[in-house]
Amino acid sequence: METLITLLVGVLVAVGVYLLLSKEMLRIILGTAILSHAIHLLLLTMGGLKKGDVPLLTETAAEYTDALPQALILTAIVISFAVTAFLLVLSYRVYQESGRGPRLRGRQDE
Amino acid sequence: MNNILVLPMILPVLVGVILVFLRPYIRVQRVLSVLTTMASAAVAAYCLHHIHLNGIMRLDFGDWLPPHGILFVGDSFAMLLVLVACAVSSIILLYAFATTGIETETMFFYPFILFLVAGVNGSFLTGDLFNLFVCFEVMLLASYVLLTLGGRKTQLKEGITYVLINVLASWFFLLGIAYIYGVLGTLNMAHIAVRVAETGQGPLLTLIAIIFLIVFSLKAGLLLYFWLPGSYSAPPTAVAALFGALLTKVGIYALYRMFTLIFIHDPVIYKIIGVLAIVTMVAGCLGAIAYSDIRQIVSYNVIISVGFVLTGLAIATNIAFQGASYYLIHDMISKALLFLLAGTVVYLTGRSKFNEISGLIRNYPLVGWLFFLTMLAIAGIPPFSGFIGKVYIGLGAIETGSYVLLAVSFLSSIGVLYSLLRVFLNSFWGETIISEDDQKPFQKKIGLPLVLLAVLIVGLGIGAELLSPYIQDAADTLADPKQYIRAVIGDDLE
Repeated sequence: METLITLLVGVLVAVGVYLLLSKEMLRIILGTAILSHAIHLLLLTMGGLKKGDVPLLTETAAEYTDALPQALILTAIVISFAVTAFLLVLSYRVYQESGRGPRLRGRQDE
Repeated sequence: MNNILVLPMILPVLVGVILVFLRPYIRVQRVLSVLTTMASAAVAAYCLHHIHLNGIMRLDFGDWLPPHGILFVGDSFAMLLVLVACAVSSIILLYAFATTGIETETMFFYPFILFLVAGVNGSFLTGDLFNLFVCFEVMLLASYVLLTLGGRKTQLKEGITYVLINVLASWFFLLGIAYIYGVLGTLNMAHIAVRVAETGQGPLLTLIAIIFLIVFSLKAGLLLYFWLPGSYSAPPTAVAALFGALLTKVGIYALYRMFTLIFIHDPVIYKIIGVLAIVTMVAGCLGAIAYSDIRQIVSYNVIISVGFVLTGLAIATNIAFQGASYYLIHDMISKALLFLLAGTVVYLTGRSKFNEISGLIRNYPLVGWLFFLTMLAIAGIPPFSGFIGKVYIGLGAIETGSYVLLAVSFLSSIGVLYSLLRVFLNSFWGETIISEDDQKPFQKKIGLPLVLLAVLIVGLGIGAELLSPYIQDAADTLADPKQYIRAVIGDDLE
């Protein structure tokens, strides 16, 4: 199961990097969103996937799910949500200022 | 008692939230924001002395004992940086009062500055790796907003690059965290250090160390600095000064924490850091000499100093750590002053290339002499603040026989001196181009923060003796990670 999810993470990273390397601003933003999904899955996988019981640790519990990766992911999701929202607003402002679709064109002197 | 440790982070957050609701009352916002940063500085000064007397402070949130909960750890190194960061941002706020327009100020300018300061302080104080990530993000989100606030075209353009590069760096940060949790099963920094020491730093852990090196190099501008000159010269002067003084220093702090506490068993990493530092200093010097835009030159000076501070980490002896602590403090103050001066020159003349300006010293003698003083301080000429740090790092380099590092880092001082002297000779000396009738009036309220920072620079140079017990504490903790580990999880886990 872990291997399968890791492969999925690899596919998501490949897609994300491909989108990130394009010139279209919207594609880049989608790329960052997909990349962040990939890393969230990886965090979950690294903590060990579900082993069959609730994340409660009592004196006698033989099996429990590690709750920490889930807490980490929850935080990371909120942060990436905020950053994506900010990026969308930023690219909309660029669109308003420049009057054309936000494209990355590099610099004149480079 | 130790609850006081959380104040440097929680005060700016709370006041920032309150200020959001006080949007129309600019005067109240100004007073509250500067009071908050000053209060945080006072708390940090108190904690610093407390640490000197009683050892490292620790605050477990919700009384979850380490390694189970999130915690704040205040050691002298972190607390010195918190103190200087808060003091410098108070002074930069004074400059912002005088120069920021009312349209920007009503767009939640001060709350975001406070959030930035909160993120910076949190990053310095936290003892948990994931909490470090969160504090980084608090700081970065505030900096995204401050960089683009105002919406000029260059700001938006540089904003996109800056946001994307930081999103990518944060992605790698999470990658490192995921791997380290998978391998060691803990995120408490002291606990990670213990487990790394137990299992031995094999290839897998060295790989993780390299991932963290990449992440924090991106944030600190160590070699991976290509985004820095553009995004540090785009925003308004006060914001640029805040960035130049604080943001890269957080990355440097994280590098120091990582490679003096956790990944200390593989000498290859220090070699890599040394090479990166050398390349950074050389490339920074080339950049500082290549451009004629004053703001670009100043940004490249930030990069040179990043390389210089990290030679201290590459050498990794007690005396080099002392030098690095002195130099980090000096660098926060002097870079803030340098950015403010560069911005003031651009504001007063309306031009940004140094060869289009001349004879400013007749129009604005104060700005001219302060620039001269800052230049001497950054180049490391006694009795100013840069001197003592450079001497100690040099002593460390001689002690370990790293003569290449020594030569490059001291030659970089000449590069710094040359790049700034060129600006000084061209723009401040020579025929004056602005007649006395045309010159913009130099307001006292712009002069005040500049003078305050200059006083700090001279004070740090002359009063280095006063600081030395705290610097000694900081270097001792960095050189002997057991102190930090013992303070966090006690003797039984060692």
